[in-house]
Amino acid sequence: MTQAKAHTHEPSIRTYLLVFAALMILLIATVWAAKLTHGHGAIGVVIAMLIATAKAVLVVLFFMHVKGSTMVTKVFVVVGLLWLAILVGLTLNDYMTREWLPPSRGWHQVNSQMPQAPEPHH
Amino acid sequence: MSTQDQPFLAHQFDDLGQQKEADTLGMWAFLSTELMFFGGLFTAFTIYRIAYTEAFAQCAQKLSMTLGGINTGVLLCSSLTVALAVWAAHRGNMRLVCWLLLATIALGLIFIGIKFTEYYFDWQESIIPGFRWNEQKIIHEMHLDPARLRLFMTFYFVMTSIHALHMVIGIGIFAVVAYKSWTGRYAPEYYNPIEISGLYWHFVDIIWIFLFPTLYLLH
Repeated sequence: MTQAKAHTHEPSIRTYLLVFAALMILLIATVWAAKLTHGHGAIGVVIAMLIATAKAVLVVLFFMHVKGSTMVTKVFVVVGLLWLAILVGLTLNDYMTREWLPPSRGWHQVNSQMPQAPEPHH
Repeated sequence: MSTQDQPFLAHQFDDLGQQKEADTLGMWAFLSTELMFFGGLFTAFTIYRIAYTEAFAQCAQKLSMTLGGINTGVLLCSSLTVALAVWAAHRGNMRLVCWLLLATIALGLIFIGIKFTEYYFDWQESIIPGFRWNEQKIIHEMHLDPARLRLFMTFYFVMTSIHALHMVIGIGIFAVVAYKSWTGRYAPEYYNPIEISGLYWHFVDIIWIFLFPTLYLLH
């Protein structure tokens, strides 16, 4: 029976050093961008998270050997992230839409008139 | 395929490749649970960050971006030494594996040391909720909302100390693996414990990669 391979190849030292250099450059970029966008609101957070995601992708693909791994391994990685997306997505969905609906007056009709829903703000 | 000619092969596996994949998938399944664990903390912090944007941005000034940035660099170096240790194991150089894992442990201890130094500064400033808290100083000298600072510092201490606990566990694991490497328990055809404990360490590094901008680089 052919040997099942957990991953097809081992990256070279050169690959590891290049990834490490990229990670350090991204770290410097993170701090520099934070200082640059200080006080400019949400754009700083977006940039910081994008850079952090780029670093995480590099670590996952190269240091954790996901690049070149079997499809099953990649599925495990993606599924974990999907579950996290459900957690974050539905939680934020709850909190961000709290003000969209008026407080409930219960199902008993106190008045004959229905209360007017306020304009949903975005 | 008996255990005589394949001493590292557990009986339930067909071959070493299948065993390696099973070990790897087992660790990834565990890392998914860790991702949900830290994800919950990050989500909760995000909710309050959105609710108290300005206050949290001011509270973040109590953290040292310099020390946090140095710590991030230290962890990135430690991930490199771990990756090189796995590379060395693949080549059968088990002594080098041990040295690289010891370097990783050293870098991890440096991280812990810097973290505890930051905690010590927070102790000096009396902004540790539940342990050392000087409300008057916060209001009159730091000009911060004490309720918001308490919330922010609670998140900071819980998230970073649980992360630090994960690092200490990782250091312990590497100590055992380094010893086993030195005493010849692994081989180029079987070094799964080195690889999967490396996966754990890289994951803890990724958590810090996100912790640093989330807590330290608020705007």
